[in-house]
Amino acid sequence: MAEIFFTLALIVLESLGLLVALLISVSFLIYFDRKVWAAVMMRRGPNVVGPWGVLQSFADLLKFVFKEVIIPDGANKVVFVIAPIVTSLLALSAWSVMPISEGWSISNINVGVLFLFAISSLMVYGIIMGGWASNSKYPFLSALRSAAQMVSYEVSIGFVIITVLLCAGSLNLTDIVHAQNHGLGTKLGLPPSFLDWYWLPLFPMFIIFFISALAETNRPPFDLVEAESELVAGFMVEYSSTPYLLFMLGEYVAITTMCALTTTLFLGGWSPIIAIAPFTWVPGVIWFLIKVVLVFFMFAMVKTIVPRYRYDQLMRLGWKVFLPISLAWVVITAGVLVSMGWLPS
Amino acid sequence: MIATTFFFYLFSLFAIASAVLVITMKNPVHSVLFLILCFFNAAGLFVLTGAEFLAMILVVVYVGAVAVLFLFVVMMLDVDFTELRSGMLNYLPVGGVIGMILLAELVLLFSTWAAPAGDVAASVEAAQNTRALGLVLYTKYVFFFQTAGLILLVAMIGAIVLTLRHRTGIKRQDVNTQVARGPATAMEIKKVESGQGI
Amino acid sequence: MSIFQQLGAAAALPEILLAIMAMVLLLEGVFVTAHTPNTIRWGAIASMVAVAGLVIWKSGSGSVEAFGGAFVADGFARLMKVLALLGGAVTLAMSGKYLARTRMDSEEYPVLIMLASVGMMVMISAGDLISLYVGLELQSLPLYVIAAINRDNAKSSEAGLKYFVLGALSSGMLLYGASLVYGFTGHTDFAGISAALAKTGATPGVVFGLVFIITGLAFKVSAVPFHMWTPDVYEGAPTPVTAFFAAAPKIAAIALFARVMVGPFAGVTHSWQQVVIFISIASMAFGAVAAIGQSNIKRLMAYSSIANMGFALVGLAAGTVEGVEGLIVYMLIYLATTLGTFACIMAMRRKGIYVEQISDLAGLSRNDKGLAFVLAMLMFSMAGIPPLAGFFGKLFVFLAAVKAGLYVLAVLGVVASVIGAYYYLRIVKLIYFDEAAEKFDGADMELAIVAYASLAFVLGFIVFAQPLVNLASAAAKSLF
Repeated sequence: MAEIFFTLALIVLESLGLLVALLISVSFLIYFDRKVWAAVMMRRGPNVVGPWGVLQSFADLLKFVFKEVIIPDGANKVVFVIAPIVTSLLALSAWSVMPISEGWSISNINVGVLFLFAISSLMVYGIIMGGWASNSKYPFLSALRSAAQMVSYEVSIGFVIITVLLCAGSLNLTDIVHAQNHGLGTKLGLPPSFLDWYWLPLFPMFIIFFISALAETNRPPFDLVEAESELVAGFMVEYSSTPYLLFMLGEYVAITTMCALTTTLFLGGWSPIIAIAPFTWVPGVIWFLIKVVLVFFMFAMVKTIVPRYRYDQLMRLGWKVFLPISLAWVVITAGVLVSMGWLPS
Repeated sequence: MIATTFFFYLFSLFAIASAVLVITMKNPVHSVLFLILCFFNAAGLFVLTGAEFLAMILVVVYVGAVAVLFLFVVMMLDVDFTELRSGMLNYLPVGGVIGMILLAELVLLFSTWAAPAGDVAASVEAAQNTRALGLVLYTKYVFFFQTAGLILLVAMIGAIVLTLRHRTGIKRQDVNTQVARGPATAMEIKKVESGQGI
Repeated sequence: MSIFQQLGAAAALPEILLAIMAMVLLLEGVFVTAHTPNTIRWGAIASMVAVAGLVIWKSGSGSVEAFGGAFVADGFARLMKVLALLGGAVTLAMSGKYLARTRMDSEEYPVLIMLASVGMMVMISAGDLISLYVGLELQSLPLYVIAAINRDNAKSSEAGLKYFVLGALSSGMLLYGASLVYGFTGHTDFAGISAALAKTGATPGVVFGLVFIITGLAFKVSAVPFHMWTPDVYEGAPTPVTAFFAAAPKIAAIALFARVMVGPFAGVTHSWQQVVIFISIASMAFGAVAAIGQSNIKRLMAYSSIANMGFALVGLAAGTVEGVEGLIVYMLIYLATTLGTFACIMAMRRKGIYVEQISDLAGLSRNDKGLAFVLAMLMFSMAGIPPLAGFFGKLFVFLAAVKAGLYVLAVLGVVASVIGAYYYLRIVKLIYFDEAAEKFDGADMELAIVAYASLAFVLGFIVFAQPLVNLASAAAKSLF
């Protein structure tokens, strides 16, 4: 009995630790996002709260929490309140399987990739429920858009993940990172380095995954769900105060999850850029963070420089471009692996 | 072991309760949401039996895709369940009798059931069940797998046949022609004499 | 040895080829815009006939198992597959002009029929509860779609929806039964089930499972009391689709029914025999009585097919080699008669509009002697008047029932047959003795060919019965 409680307590502690770290990182990522955005536009961005404005996100947090929660009269109250909770809970729970460093994941399950895929496919529920429960036109339209959009892009994400799985031979995220320790670079006799990571052999898939991740998290240029020129603020129109905060939080955590997943699948997770002396001294967590921030920087840059897609263009891209390419690439990858005898055992 | 038993009863209880709520809820959207909860608990039960791959696929496919479309349709159709239920009392006796018979059958059968000796699938090695599935899916069960694929193909063709309408008289964007369009085809350079116009 | 050889995939070559051809034609329909639906249709017909040829050509004498027993190719399977494929090909050939005139011709229609045929072949060759189920679904799903192919017509959509909802229900029953059988025997393959039953006998669980499986199968052959969908679907679906429904899927479903009953459950015959006897009597009686009040000829054909399934099940109820032999002969004759009748129904076109009321046939003999004669002979055959083919079909199944000691069933069958004769003869009376209605436009060539071929079969059956009966007998023996 005592042992069970001990394990349980350990899991709770680990989770809490990760949660706090994650939330703090997310608040700085939001600040980072706004700064990048501002820099591209030659503005200053947040610069008032704290030195260089770094505490802006915490000020926003307090502001949201202390405001009054307004639930519209015609809203379906239970669903209205549950929707943001679902979004943020799902987004946070994805991190329970993420390997931040060697052996540093709360739950190192065998089907980690599938778990993350499942969570990201569930994120749509928060939006649909929120959009429907608001009982208002814009949120509802937004809910419908998001349902179609996220289901569409999940298909190509699924195929991209399959190509990675073919190469790695495992659904376990830690094993996938380990599998990236040897590859093209080591075949040439180099030490394990960034040349071994899957972004290189699976480059088209890496690009497709990155773009689909943008669409899956409703980031610009695929933010049709909350396109302000058409839908005001989409599914969040009727939300205020803490529920709104939870939505925003869920969205940003989902974005970091996608960055972390990109890192794990294509950028070698916590592995150092080259496995030689000065780089190997740096702990894996730092490498992981650097890579996640790098991918997030790309997310932020896309947001600033790419104009929003039209809805039919979005659908066309997903179904008529990404789906055939990723499907073909699955076949090609499998063919190459089998014919060259490179299949992981 | 205690934890497993606890979670088994938790998931089962929630699955049954949400299944009941699916059919008793007044609002169809709530029904679908409870259906999703029911799927979730079923996935939990799969995890407990060590079938983690199936559990995840259940969530990805049923909850992540099928139920979303379901919800989509239910929201758009604005079905009035109370109206649909108006005739329910008339059918209740017949339905109730059939239900009772099925229940009695189940109880009767359960009391006589004994696992056929040694014939059921060997217990799955929890650590490797995805690999184990992969090994038989494309070899021993390839026939079923491919036939199931054909069924999905038919479903796809059917959906297109029954819903796609080629509308005439609308302009479509063709990205290929747009991209292929260069200055040579799009522009015509004319020398305009001053004071002449074209 | 490659994995395909290990699995014995060569036995399923006809199915594989047909599926590949269906996909090729599908792609051709999408990408080759110069082709008309007609090209695809004739391509489909050609590949179905070719595959039927392949089935015959590859026919060894023995039974071949593939995919670990999931797929069985024996004499019975080969014969039934050829019948189902021919039924599909002929209905497809008949449907061209009808579909073109009613603007329902699409590239997907022949492809769906081909995929349904693949499903039928899988059903006929099923050697496992899972292949039984996937075959059944692969056959049913295209049928739901083509029932509703005239999507702007409320009746056609209703037919598709009704068929789909009730079909899904029956699949659920079948699966429930299959899961019970699996739970109580520990096997899904027929050989394993049969071995397990030999050890334990009929346990209550297996009997319940068996009843649910019979329920699912009875739905597919539209036997009473699971026939409710048949009249509405037959009436609502476009006539070529109805012709297809009445022909090929019935062959496949009844073949599957026979295979499941006398295969894995041969050891517990007494458990299913009563059920089959009941649905057989109910179908014969209901089909005969309910058809009398009909005014729409497609509805009439629906009740007629319900009754016909009842007669065919008489052979199965016997549970003997003779019974199955009778069943095969009956289905052979049923197929030929049904195709001919539907060719006649599709020829009922007045001023370019297809009509389907029975009263439209009034006085047909004065306007179109050929068509009238064909239809009359087919009706006589269905009524079971000797020496036409229909008589022999009934004779074989009743003889088998009597031999198996099922006297009551045989007597009731004869009574139902006499009642049924009433409405068949009513049509003959209408054709020959009533005031002439307006003339029909002439029948298309394909329809005429099918109608006269069917007539030749019905009239000449007595001459070439022996080889066909021998064929059926060999096929029936391979099942036991």
